[in-house]
Amino acid sequence: MSSPRMSSAAQAARGNETRLAWMLVSPALSIVAAIALLPILWTFWESLHFHDLRMPWLGRPFVGAANYIEIFQSQRFWSALAHTGFFLATTLVLELSAGLLLALSIDRVTRGRGLVRTAVLLPWAIPTVVVALVWRFMFESPGGLAPTLFDRAGLTPITWFADPVAAWAPLILADAWKTTPFVAILLLAGLQNIDSSLYQAAEVDGAGPWRQFREITLPLLRPALLVAALFRSLDAFRVFDLVYVMTGGGPGTATEPLALYTFATLLQNLDFGAGSALSIIVFAVAFLVALLGIRLFGRSAFLERSP
Amino acid sequence: MTRWSWRWAVVTALIVGAVLFPLYWAIVSSFTPESRLFTAPKLIPAQLILDHYRALFTTRDFWTPIRNSLIVAGATTALAISLGAVCAYALARLQFPGKSLTLAFVLAVAMFPQVSIVSPLYLILRKVGLLDTYPGLVLPYLTFAMPLTIWMLVGYFRQLPFELEEAAALDGAGRLRTLWEVVLPLSAPGIATASILTFLYSWNEFLFALSFALGPESYTVPVAIALFRGQYQVPWGEILAGAVVATGPVALIVLVAQRRIVAGLTAGAVKG
Repeated sequence: MSSPRMSSAAQAARGNETRLAWMLVSPALSIVAAIALLPILWTFWESLHFHDLRMPWLGRPFVGAANYIEIFQSQRFWSALAHTGFFLATTLVLELSAGLLLALSIDRVTRGRGLVRTAVLLPWAIPTVVVALVWRFMFESPGGLAPTLFDRAGLTPITWFADPVAAWAPLILADAWKTTPFVAILLLAGLQNIDSSLYQAAEVDGAGPWRQFREITLPLLRPALLVAALFRSLDAFRVFDLVYVMTGGGPGTATEPLALYTFATLLQNLDFGAGSALSIIVFAVAFLVALLGIRLFGRSAFLERSP
Repeated sequence: MTRWSWRWAVVTALIVGAVLFPLYWAIVSSFTPESRLFTAPKLIPAQLILDHYRALFTTRDFWTPIRNSLIVAGATTALAISLGAVCAYALARLQFPGKSLTLAFVLAVAMFPQVSIVSPLYLILRKVGLLDTYPGLVLPYLTFAMPLTIWMLVGYFRQLPFELEEAAALDGAGRLRTLWEVVLPLSAPGIATASILTFLYSWNEFLFALSFALGPESYTVPVAIALFRGQYQVPWGEILAGAVVATGPVALIVLVAQRRIVAGLTAGAVKG
């Protein structure tokens, strides 16, 4: 390709390769475009209209940015945004630190690692709906496991799901339980990439375990930590299943995240104009988070994984 | 040194115990009579019964959601893998203009929040009469399944040695035949991993199923158990039995394929 004049045979071969490539790519690509790209453009168009499915006689007039203005003026939106941010921050801190601890300990286990890995993978693999129901059951008052334990410990039992603050505890715990294993597995792969001779050298230099952790493990684990943080942030930002099943966003709307607010506006209130505007906002924020994340640890890990 | 590994073993055991406990509790409770579920929980059950499971398949029709889930997750996996593998091959092995843009596009779609495309998909599916049908779920599922399989298989195909294809080309095989007869058979492990993960994600999916399956006849397993209702109170026994049944296939897959799943999860995320 560096030579300015390609032989015509080589050019024909390249043309053939391009044609073949597009032939192979296009079925999958056109489906993805039709069910993801087109809908997101449609959502944007829809968000500029008034469209209430319960009032079809009002039609679907163009209203410009009215839906967005209405949303930015609503208290419920800002609360939902704050709830999402709170959920993201607490689960991220909890899951990264617990995941790191778990990864470090699995890394040091010499026997039965397959068994440990299977046990740890289970919460990650089971449906979020199931996780939400099981944890709801454990915290259900009165008589559930957690309230009973509180009672036996001599503490005042809390009615978890009726309290706007306490309701967060089972949500965050269940999320941490389900996704810490995933974080641990990503971090474990990162740990196993660290050259063990570094530790031996540190040992020779008389560095204790804490210093080895701080000066070898943490810096070298940075890429894996960032990837895990990005994945977890994106997932926590769009959290839906867990909250829908566990608290329904309640009591009231005390635990309602953005995705749930959007869903309720769309499919419970059938207000497709405002719901679509909310969808676009969720989409835009998620996109920004992703871009920021990719910038943070370089596009290399994502786009240039070529050998 | 041994003192330290001993401590780590204890930490691991504690964590594994904490991880498994909720599952143990759910399973034990699913065999516990309704009247005892909320009175003085005991670690070791006093009495085990099968009533909740019996009710699941007699008074409730739990076979229907199981069938729906199997069909939808199976069809999604089959479609995503067959179309995705061909697409991934081109992206991994052929040189053509627009390649990195295509890869970036696929990755971007993988990061779409599902909720942001619910409204147009609902309107489209309603217009073409696909709400409440299998294709009406499989098509939306492809929005996450297709990018996932393409992404994982591109990574897998890139690891295969180029010499194989060169040898096949020398033997006079065209690219398509090479793909079919050399690359795909050799990629069986990668394709298996991608299929397992796609099936798991489809089996567990909730938001699309909740939005586009309107009646009990088309509910998938997660929707069905999330919407279980009793006449007077929450039927916890049956809900937990349903949860255990919903987890069964997933747990089986994890037991059989844990090594593969870990490889698949980490391949896309951490650069070696």
